[in-house]
Amino acid sequence: MKTNDMIIQFTAKIVFFIIFFFAIHIFLAGHYTPGGGFVGGLLASSAIVLLVLAFDIKTVRTVIPVNYTTLIGIGLLLALATAAFPMFKGDPFFTHYFDYFTLPLIGKTSLHTAMLFDTGVFLVVVGVTMTIIQTIGEDE
Amino acid sequence: MNNFLLLPIIIPFFFGMILLFGQKSLRFQRGGAMIGLIISFACAVALLFKVKNDGVQTVTFGGWPEPFGITMVSDMVSALLVTTTLLLAIFIVWYGFNSIGTAREHFYYYPAIMMILTGVNGAFTTGDIFNLFVFFEVLLMASYVLIVLGGTKKQLAGSIKYILINVISSALFVISVAYLYSVVGTLNMADIALKIAEVNQPGIITTIAVLFLLVFGLKAAIFPLYFWLPTSYAAAPPPVLALFGALLTKVGVYAIMRTYTLFFIHDLSYTHELLLWLSVLTIIAGCIGALAYFDIKQIIIYNIVIAVGVILFGVAQMNEDGLTGAMFYLIHDMIIKAALFMLIGIIVYKTGTTDLRKMGGLMRSSPVLGWFYLIAAFGLAGIPPLSGFVGKLLIAKGGFEAGNLGTSIFILASSLLVLLSVIRIFIYAFWGEEQPTKPILSKKQTTQLFIPTAIVIIISIAYGVGAEWLTPFMNDAGKTLADPSIYIDAVFKGE
Amino acid sequence: MEIIMAFVIGLLFTAAVYLMLSRSLLRIIIGTGLLSHGAHLLILTMGGLDGKAPPVLTDGVTDFADPLPQALILTAIVISFGVTAFFLVLAYRSYQELDTDDISAMKGGSEDDE
Repeated sequence: MKTNDMIIQFTAKIVFFIIFFFAIHIFLAGHYTPGGGFVGGLLASSAIVLLVLAFDIKTVRTVIPVNYTTLIGIGLLLALATAAFPMFKGDPFFTHYFDYFTLPLIGKTSLHTAMLFDTGVFLVVVGVTMTIIQTIGEDE
Repeated sequence: MNNFLLLPIIIPFFFGMILLFGQKSLRFQRGGAMIGLIISFACAVALLFKVKNDGVQTVTFGGWPEPFGITMVSDMVSALLVTTTLLLAIFIVWYGFNSIGTAREHFYYYPAIMMILTGVNGAFTTGDIFNLFVFFEVLLMASYVLIVLGGTKKQLAGSIKYILINVISSALFVISVAYLYSVVGTLNMADIALKIAEVNQPGIITTIAVLFLLVFGLKAAIFPLYFWLPTSYAAAPPPVLALFGALLTKVGVYAIMRTYTLFFIHDLSYTHELLLWLSVLTIIAGCIGALAYFDIKQIIIYNIVIAVGVILFGVAQMNEDGLTGAMFYLIHDMIIKAALFMLIGIIVYKTGTTDLRKMGGLMRSSPVLGWFYLIAAFGLAGIPPLSGFVGKLLIAKGGFEAGNLGTSIFILASSLLVLLSVIRIFIYAFWGEEQPTKPILSKKQTTQLFIPTAIVIIISIAYGVGAEWLTPFMNDAGKTLADPSIYIDAVFKGE
Repeated sequence: MEIIMAFVIGLLFTAAVYLMLSRSLLRIIIGTGLLSHGAHLLILTMGGLDGKAPPVLTDGVTDFADPLPQALILTAIVISFGVTAFFLVLAYRSYQELDTDDISAMKGGSEDDE
């Protein structure tokens, strides 16, 4: 069956970026306000799901050539590394470090190792969600 | 503060993540899994001796002060269980090399094994009740993957029930934790024990105790909550079955052991009496199941239920002998169940059926297997000097001390039924006329399967014969369980 | 407030039990979802509903709300998200494989595949 999905395809191309950047925003906002890796990851994967809906899995895979299971692995390793790093310094597992830095353009910013952990969570959530969507969506 | 106790949890996790990559290379998968297991086992043994020499080890995540951060506590009980878990995992993974099938090996079998070990070791080690829930979920998620891996019809049907029952029990767990939190206002297990002692266990705490028994009983398969166990476990292939049979229900047993010796110790006449009678009923139900079936998987699966009953009977005595015996028996049961599931796995691979009535005369074609099976069967029933004996003796002794004469004698007598149920397998499968078989694996492959199995059985013999050498460890464990203040002091003076 | 919450949680549990007792796998999964929602609400209620100030961020607040329940709920939500997703995939796979989503028709399973 051939359906005319011109409008959704056109919209999806734009809306994808809006959702994706909003996901990044939510992810970074999690530093002090509601948000964080989990919600950000869900939003980011919803952006990809929108593309999958508008086009199909094969097209999306050529556009975003990411192996999502690898993404899970990388995310979990990143989270584990952040948590385990203090062990080498002699601090308890999961100790976080933070400080204020003056960065070019942004100015005074607080950087926190929890951010790295959250990046791991972000990747895991995107990986898991997309793996599930692909598993269900793959066989027609 | 000592991060060392985390290594048996982190290393399997790390290797599990590494093994997520490179699913194509069988050598990488197998080698990675083996190396990871051996390193973690070495760490666990080192930890065991450290706990023996220096006492209980604790670490609180993030360096938060004690009742606020998540505490991990490695006392003798958890160190022993973690070591046994990793030891058995090595042999079960080895056993899996020749039997699980390359299709599964290419599809996240080893990462799932590593994750399940992370969850099991974490659950044994954690000192925070909500963290216990998280580790339960980690091991359950991995077990869902393992039980459906391969996706045969039988597995799908069995695993749906398994997942459903565990989702419900997880929800109940959250509910119980919420109730407990509303009463004591803390999640740290040592702190909970202190706060409960302050409020002196009114009715609400007893209610929560029963709720926790319900939650953990569902995982540990006690009467009347064991109904899901036979169908879902029978769906799993033999190596996975060995892993589940040796480890998963034991985590539930451990959780009951921990909560019922640490938290709910102020209304013994209700909570522990309930536990005692439930454990007796569990044994009866298990015996009926084990004797009723002609399916060898089912017989051994029902023997898990019996063993759970015996261990919990020891816990219900709440004296040092009973608890030491429960520890002895718990570790014995992990080893012997792994051995038995590996053995019947070989029998199934040799004969191509799980139905006893279609087997026979295996003694002629594989005598060594037969004799090893007999040793394992005697060990399970607790015939001295094999491994089940000391534990059961101490449990019965604890029962006599606590004045539970009749039930203790019943526990001893139940050994006979256990023996009968496993000897039936021996009689049907090994004696009699040879039956036509349709082997699933070749003779060479089953011989390769036999090597790890034989080693596990030899370990179980050593565990029985060398009980004298293990007694100091077990006494330590029993003491920690019988006297909660050791655990509590270690957490609060851990620095 | 607690009374209302008690009724809401009770309603969720009732609906969850009703759905889980049905034979269709999809209804069962929705039931488990409702069950975990009920459990999460229960944690929230058990943590206290007294509407105090947020625990961190502002200086000089002495009457804090308990920060722990939300952390517990978030963890529990993430876990139930993962389990539900897995369960859905499994239900779909078994629907393909067994040609039914009726749980009583899946009973037993055949012995021949192993």
